[in-house]
Amino acid sequence: MPAPGGPNDTIYALATAPGRAGVAVLRISGAGAGAALGAVMSGRDLPVPRRAHLTPFADPVSGETLDRGLALWFPAPDSYTGEDVAELHGHGGPAVITALLEALGRLPGCRLAQAGEFTRRAFQNGKMDLTQAEGLADLVAAETEAQRRQAQRQMEGALGRLYEGWRADLIGALAHLEAEIDFPDEDLPGDLLARQIPVLERLSAEMSAHLNDGRRGERLREGCHMVILGAPNVGKSSLLNALAQRDAAIVSAQAGTTRDIVEVYMNLGGYPVVLADTAGLRESDDEVEVEGVRRARARGEGADLKIVLYDCSVAPKAGAEVRALAGEDGILVANKVDLAVRAPADGLAVSTKTGAGLPELMSRLEAEAKLRMVGGGAPGLTRLRHRQGLQDCRDALLRGLGVADDELVAEDLRLAARHLGRITGRVDVEDILDVVFNDFCIGK
Amino acid sequence: MNNYDVIVVGGGHAGCEAAAAAARVGARTLLLTHRLDTIGEMSCNPAIGGLGKGHLVREVDALDGLMGRVADAAGIQFRMLNRSKGPAVRGLRAQADRALYRATMQGALAAVENLTIQAGAVEDLLLRDGAVAGVKLADGQALAGARVVITTGTFLRGRIHIGEKNWAAGRMGEAPAMGLSARFYDLNLSMGRLKTGTPPRLDGRTIAWTQLERQSGDPLPEPFSTLTEAITNPQIDCHITGTTVAAHDLIRANLDRAPIYSGQIEGTGPRYCPSIEDKVVRFADRTRHQIFLEPEGLDDHTVYPNGISTSLPEDVQRALLRVIPGLEQARMIQPGYAIEYDFIDPRELWPSLETRRLPGLYLAGQINGTTGYEEAAAQGLMAGLNAAMATAGGAPLVLDRADGYIGVMIDDLVTRGTQEPYRMFTSRAEYRLLLRSDNADQRLTPLGLAVGCVQGRRAAAFKTKLAALDDARLFLEGHQATPHEASKKGIPVNADGRRRTGMELLAYKDIDMTRLAALWPELASIPDSIAAQVKIEAHYAGYLGRQQADIEAYRRDEALELPKDLNYGQVAGFSNEVREKLKRHGPATLGAAARIPGMTPAALTILLAHVRRGKRRAVA
Repeated sequence: MPAPGGPNDTIYALATAPGRAGVAVLRISGAGAGAALGAVMSGRDLPVPRRAHLTPFADPVSGETLDRGLALWFPAPDSYTGEDVAELHGHGGPAVITALLEALGRLPGCRLAQAGEFTRRAFQNGKMDLTQAEGLADLVAAETEAQRRQAQRQMEGALGRLYEGWRADLIGALAHLEAEIDFPDEDLPGDLLARQIPVLERLSAEMSAHLNDGRRGERLREGCHMVILGAPNVGKSSLLNALAQRDAAIVSAQAGTTRDIVEVYMNLGGYPVVLADTAGLRESDDEVEVEGVRRARARGEGADLKIVLYDCSVAPKAGAEVRALAGEDGILVANKVDLAVRAPADGLAVSTKTGAGLPELMSRLEAEAKLRMVGGGAPGLTRLRHRQGLQDCRDALLRGLGVADDELVAEDLRLAARHLGRITGRVDVEDILDVVFNDFCIGK
Repeated sequence: MNNYDVIVVGGGHAGCEAAAAAARVGARTLLLTHRLDTIGEMSCNPAIGGLGKGHLVREVDALDGLMGRVADAAGIQFRMLNRSKGPAVRGLRAQADRALYRATMQGALAAVENLTIQAGAVEDLLLRDGAVAGVKLADGQALAGARVVITTGTFLRGRIHIGEKNWAAGRMGEAPAMGLSARFYDLNLSMGRLKTGTPPRLDGRTIAWTQLERQSGDPLPEPFSTLTEAITNPQIDCHITGTTVAAHDLIRANLDRAPIYSGQIEGTGPRYCPSIEDKVVRFADRTRHQIFLEPEGLDDHTVYPNGISTSLPEDVQRALLRVIPGLEQARMIQPGYAIEYDFIDPRELWPSLETRRLPGLYLAGQINGTTGYEEAAAQGLMAGLNAAMATAGGAPLVLDRADGYIGVMIDDLVTRGTQEPYRMFTSRAEYRLLLRSDNADQRLTPLGLAVGCVQGRRAAAFKTKLAALDDARLFLEGHQATPHEASKKGIPVNADGRRRTGMELLAYKDIDMTRLAALWPELASIPDSIAAQVKIEAHYAGYLGRQQADIEAYRRDEALELPKDLNYGQVAGFSNEVREKLKRHGPATLGAAARIPGMTPAALTILLAHVRRGKRRAVA
C-alpha cells in the first residue's frame, strides 16, 4: 500500500523489540531528524556524529524529563537509511517508550513509520545489499502479520463495532456528497451535503471522545496473545487456572470484551502475555453457543499462539480436526494424563489436576512468547499507529467541516477515509459507488 | 497485398481516434469498418460529455484528438454541469446533431494524411511467429499490418433482446463480428459478457411539447476544444417529462416478459444506467422517474427519451408511452432494446493497451469492458498512438493517475479489471482538484508535443497560451500589496499588516482579475481566458500543494517498473495468495502492484528487493 503521508516526512519508530528489555532504541529518519533530536535534548547542541552522548530526554512541548540515555547522530548520507538519522537509546520500560513516541509525534512533520518504511528508504537510497534486503523483508512480513493479528483483535468486540460504525458513516457521507457532484442531472434529493453535516459533526465528536479516554483498556491488551482452544470438557479452564496460579505476576483477571472469552494477563519470563480461555468447540443448535464457538474460532485466528487441548484419557491420539486446529504453529497439549491408560501419542502430556507436565509447558510458552515478541514486532506500535490514524481522520473531518465548497469537503472526507482505512482496512472507491447506487436511482 | 503500419478495425469513437492518432504520428494507417456511412455513429444517446466524461473529451482534445472539435461542430445544446460548484467538478455536456456529428467526423478523417479508409468485415487475425501480422476479411482478402487495433464495441458475439425475441446483431440493423470473437476465445483471452440497453426512439412531431418542462442550454456555450473559437450551430431546447404510477404498474405487470428478469440475459448491466424495469423494481417506492427528451438533430424529428432504456416487448413499450405525460400520442420509430456482447478482461492488457498474450494486438473501447463514447475515444487515441509508436520502435506513452482521467481509467482497467461496463466518474480520480477540465491542455499537450501527436496549429496556439499564463503568474507572484494599499483600491483584506502577493489576493473568493487591476493596471490587458485560468489555480492553491506530496509518493512507486517476464513462482517469500494475485494481474509497476486489492507491505518489500537485485545484475 502506498504509505499514507508524504515520502518526505520525518519518520520514527521503536527499533528494538518491545517488552521489558534493558535498552530500547528509537530511530528517527528524515530531514527533520536533527531538529527532532535537538528538541528531545531541550535545544542543546547535537552530539558529535556517530559518537554516543549521554543526555536527558525531554518532552519537547512540556520540557518534562522523560528518560536519560544515549543520543546518537548520523548525518546523511552515512546512516542506515541514507537520510539524517538520530537514535535515542533509552530504558526499555513500556511507559517510557510510549511517552517518547508520543512526544515525537507532536513534532511538526514527524510521524510514526509504516511497516517496512525504514527499509524502503534505505533501498531507495541504495543503502542495502541483497542479503540485508531479504532478511528485512522477513522482518517486515513478521511485523505485518503481527499488525494483522492486532487489527483483528481490535475488530472483534465492542471496539470493532465502533470502528465499523464510523467506517460505514464516513463512506455513507462521502457517497452522498459524491453523488451530488457526479450526478447533477439526476433527480436527487436537494442539499445532500447539508444533510450529512450533522453526521460528520457527530463522527468527529465521537472520535475526539475516544481519543481522550486515557487509553484505559488499551494498555491491558498489550502483549503476546495466547488462546486455549479445544472441545468442551477437555480441561481448558483448568489449564488457564493452573497456569495463572503458578505465576506470581498475574496482573489481573477479568472477563473479556465478550462474555464467553475469559482473559488473564500475566508475565512470562519478562514478556507480557494475555491468555484467553474460549468456549468449547462443537456443533450445536444453541444460538448462544454457536456464537461462542464462532468467537472462539475468530479469537484463535487473531491469536499469536494457539494452545490446542485434547483429552488423552478418551483417546491417546489427537483427532485430525484437533491437529488441524493447532496447525503448524500451535502447541498441541494432551490433558488428563493422570487418567490415561496409555501414554498419549500426540502433544505435550500434562495433568492440570496433578500438575504433571506443567513446568515443561510453562517453559515452552515462555520460549514461544519470547520468539513472538522479538520476531513479531510491536503491538504497542500498532496501537499507536491506530491512534495516529484516528487522530488524522478526525483532523481531516474537522477541516472538511470548515470549508464551503462541495469538492473541497469531499477532498477532506476522502483523506479522512484514507486515514481511517489504516485501522479498518482500505476504503475503496467501489465501496463509495456501492452506496451511491444503492441509495439513489442513478441513470438515464 | 497492401502493407500498413497500423490497421484499425472498427469505425466507432475508439476506432476514429485510433486511426487519426496513428496517422498523426506518421504511421501508414488503414481504418476498416463494416460500413463507411456509419463511421462516427452515435449508437446510443445523442450527447457528448458530462461529469468525468467531459474531462476525457478535453484530454482527448489536448492530445489533438478529434472528438472535442467534432462535438463543437455538431453540438446543438451545450450545458456546463455543476456550474454552481467549483471548477474541478464542472463537466461540459453537449447534445449533438447525430447526422452532423457523423458527417463532421467523416470529413475530419478524410482530411487526415497517411490514413486509408476501407469497408470490410474482418473475420480473423493473421499471425506470424506468435505476433499479429494483419487481418483477414470475410471475402478472403488478407491485409498485412504490423500492428492491429481492435475497436469492435458491442459487435463481438452481439445479441439483441426485445421481449421474448432475440437475435445476433452488432447494433440495431447491423451484423455482429462472430469470427473475431472465436479467434479471441482461441487465444485463451479471459473474456466476459456484459449488457447494455437503449430506449425506444420517438417521432418528435407526435410529442405534446407545450405541456412539458423546458430545459435550455447555456446562453453562452463554451466549446470542448481549445481550437474552437465559437459555437455556430443554432441551439435547441430539451424537455423533461417523467414516468407515472400507471407506467410503473404496467411494467410490474409485464416483468415476466422482460429478458433481464426472465433469465434470457446473462450479461451484467451497469448500475448507473439501469433499464426502466430495473429502476421500478429496485426503487419500488419512487412514483416518478425523470425522462429527458433529447432531439437527435436540427433537421431530424427523431427524439431520444433519455431515462427509459428498456428491453420489454414492443407492445409493452407502446403501451408504456401512452401513460407518460406528453408522450400519449407519440409514435415509436424504433423500439428500445438490450444488447449483450463479449468483452475481454482488460487485465489482459498492458497499460499501452497492447494485449499481453499477442504482441502487436491492441484493444480499445467497449471491447475492454467500458461504456460511453468518451471512454472509448480516449482509449482509441492511446491505443492508436502506442501502436504507431511501437511500429516506429518507440516506447509507449503511458499516462498515470496524476496525468489525467485517461490515466485513471486505463490504470483502473488494466490493474483491477471491471465487473460492469466501466464508466468514468470524477470520484474515481484521487487527484481530482488537479485533474480539471480547464487545465487538460497544460497537463497533456506537452506530452503530446514530445511524442509528435500534437503539431502545427495546436502546437503554436498552446505555446502562445502557455507564455501568456506564465507572464500572468509571474506578475502576480512578483507584486505585493499591504492591506492598507489594497483596501484603498476597494479590495478589503484583514488589516494584519501582512503583505500579500497578487496570487494570494486572487485566492479570495470575491476577488478577481478585474478588481485586482485597480491595484495593478497592467492586469487589465490579460485576456479573460487566461485570467479565469489563473483565478482557478489561486483558488485551489492550498489543496494542490498538499496533493503534490501525495503525487510524489505515488510517482516514486510508479517509476519502479516490474519486468514484463517476472516469474512470480520463482520469487521466494510470497504467501500463496499474494503470489496468485501477482501472477493473475502481472502489474507493470510497483505502484500498480500496491493497488491490487489484498496486497501486503511485506509482499511489496520482497518485490522491491527482487527488482533491485535484477537491476544490479543487469548493470554488472
